[in-house]
Amino acid sequence: MTALVIAEHNNKSLNVATLNAIAAAASIGGEIHVLVAGQDCGAVAQAAAQVAGVTKVLSVDAPHYAHALAENLAPLVVSLAPAYSHLLVAATTSGKNVMPRIAALLDVAQLSDIIEVKSADTFVRPIYAGNVLATVQSVDAIKAITVRTTAFDPVATSGGSAAIETMAAGPDAGLSQFVGEELTKSSRPELAAADIIVSGGRGVGSAENFKIIEALADKLGAAVGASRAAVDAGYVPNDYQVGQTGKVVAPQLYVAIGISGAIQHLAGMKDSKVIVAINKDEEAPIFQVADYGLVGDLFKEVPALVDALGK
Amino acid sequence: MAGIAIPHVTYANLEDEMKILVAVKRAIDYNVKARPKSDGTGVDLANVKMSMNPFDEIAVEEAIRLQEAGKAGEIVVVSVGTAACQETLRTAMAMGADRGILVQSDDEVQPLAVAKLLKAIVDKEQPGLVILGKQAIDDDSNQTGQMLAGLLGWGQGTFAAKVEIGDGSANVKREVDGGIQTIALKLPLVVTADLRLNEPRYVKLPNIMKAKKKPLDTVTPADLGVDIAPRLKLLKVTEPPARAGGVKVADVNELVAKLRNEAKVI
Ligand SMILES: Cc1cc2nc3c(=O)[nH]c(=O)nc-3n(C[C@H](O)[C@H](O)[C@H](O)COP(=O)(O)OP(=O)(O)OC[C@H]3O[C@@H](n4cnc5c(N)ncnc54)[C@H](O)[C@@H]3O)c2cc1C
Ligand SMILES: Nc1ncnc2c1ncn2[C@@H]1O[C@H](COP(=O)(O)O)[C@@H](O)[C@H]1O
Repeated sequence: MTALVIAEHNNKSLNVATLNAIAAAASIGGEIHVLVAGQDCGAVAQAAAQVAGVTKVLSVDAPHYAHALAENLAPLVVSLAPAYSHLLVAATTSGKNVMPRIAALLDVAQLSDIIEVKSADTFVRPIYAGNVLATVQSVDAIKAITVRTTAFDPVATSGGSAAIETMAAGPDAGLSQFVGEELTKSSRPELAAADIIVSGGRGVGSAENFKIIEALADKLGAAVGASRAAVDAGYVPNDYQVGQTGKVVAPQLYVAIGISGAIQHLAGMKDSKVIVAINKDEEAPIFQVADYGLVGDLFKEVPALVDALGK
Repeated sequence: MAGIAIPHVTYANLEDEMKILVAVKRAIDYNVKARPKSDGTGVDLANVKMSMNPFDEIAVEEAIRLQEAGKAGEIVVVSVGTAACQETLRTAMAMGADRGILVQSDDEVQPLAVAKLLKAIVDKEQPGLVILGKQAIDDDSNQTGQMLAGLLGWGQGTFAAKVEIGDGSANVKREVDGGIQTIALKLPLVVTADLRLNEPRYVKLPNIMKAKKKPLDTVTPADLGVDIAPRLKLLKVTEPPARAGGVKVADVNELVAKLRNEAKVI
């Protein structure tokens, strides 16, 4: 039994989400190999080789792997798949994009967003916005899996000494091309990796007012998140969205401000260790999941909280 | 209300233009909180409000906008499931789709099988573009579009925030973890719709009446030669552990004290 984990990276460094996927592979048992496909990504392969528990790194270098385009990455993984019992990738937008294509080409089902490994063929995954947990068993020879990162503690980045095997690239499928990207720039921690997240919702009222949320985030050294309503209204960029169809987070502390607590939002944050809600409506559903609820006007309470923290 | 129906496209042109296929799933309404059945064998859907999967409304809307912009011809909507999915197809046709196909099955059809059924229909209908939702809000799989693209050997513009159809190719802006990514893809193409691709229109009453007259064909998986046997066995469903009830704090000072001394998270 050997698992192949597809590394997510930017050709320079390994995305920590990969460490969560490796952790899931480790709880399945068996050997763990990591695929690093990219362009000039030698440093990533080196880093992957040191990760605890990894026994082999497959390194493939070609320009058409630079952006993990599914049309090129999927056939590469498919060509390697017969040697493996499990294929895993973190359930990031990149992982969610490529793994189903791989699964279909192998004619196997995909297990999406697993949160627990019961055995080598049985896994738990949330469905219906996390209101139901399904235990599912795969009857396929190869298990194609995406891993909910918040459910598996990352493995250590050191301790391993895997061999790096350089492999020949497959052809460019010629179906897709990277044109460009507009990445959100922020000096704050990343949502996915932050210990504390301060999120704002429609109640914040405008992009300008979001400065109130940011001030609290900076005071706490936190990342900034948002509800869908706040993103749709243009207060913050798309990638701030926390929820069923946005990012799933589970920080030590999640502060929800001016967020009502719709099912879809709760799906993305209710596994946080401690939840604080600040909302002027004491009936808001967010209070049902909050450890500490403060009923009040955010425009008064949040600046007061920043002051109180300063003391 | 009554008046002369003016079709917004001239049907003679439709054949020359790029056909669009849209996959629409009948799913639990997004306002409903699902619960497991008490015996843990499945999700309790008795008397639960069902609607078109919200992402699929966005997919249908996108197809209509492309047609309205003169970039597309006929819009065919496809749903896989029980006879009740006819309602979903009628809703899509009331929004503006031209024709519906129900792939009828009373058995559970998992994403891989849905993708195979859709491929069989694509092989017949030869659309230039297939639009799906990025995710069904019941199974939360986020797979079917990618699987279909793989089976067809086409490009995939997943999690689309913007689609620009060009000559033989399309530019798709995608919602990715770090922001927005733009990729160019060859046509024909599979697109999966994300939340901010568009805002779906409301269905107007006269259009609901008109939609009843639009063609709706029914086929079975057997007709399409597709084996839909599930590959994932559902062993049981459970409710996630509930969070212990919290407390209300009187003011920010109490909050800070609790976070420091009780929760010890700051
Ligand atoms: C297919 C689909 C997918 C979705 N995915 C997501 C998702 O991933 N993430 C997500 O978040 N949502 C998602 N949604 C949207 C979700 O259903 C809700 O509409 C959304 O979460 C509401 O955002 P909100 O709480 O900011 O806004 P609202 O529900 O409008 O709540 C605003 C809150 O602010 C409070 N408020 C207003 N003013 C003040 C003030 N001055 N001081 C204090 N409190 C104030 C109000 O009392 C209210 O509770 C999705 C919806 C659909 C259909
Ligand atoms: N039974 C179905 N009938 C029609 N379309 C479907 C069906 N299942 C999935 N789809 C399409 O595939 C998308 C993604 O679904 P999923 O992969 O199940 O999350 C949905 O938004 C639909 O567009």
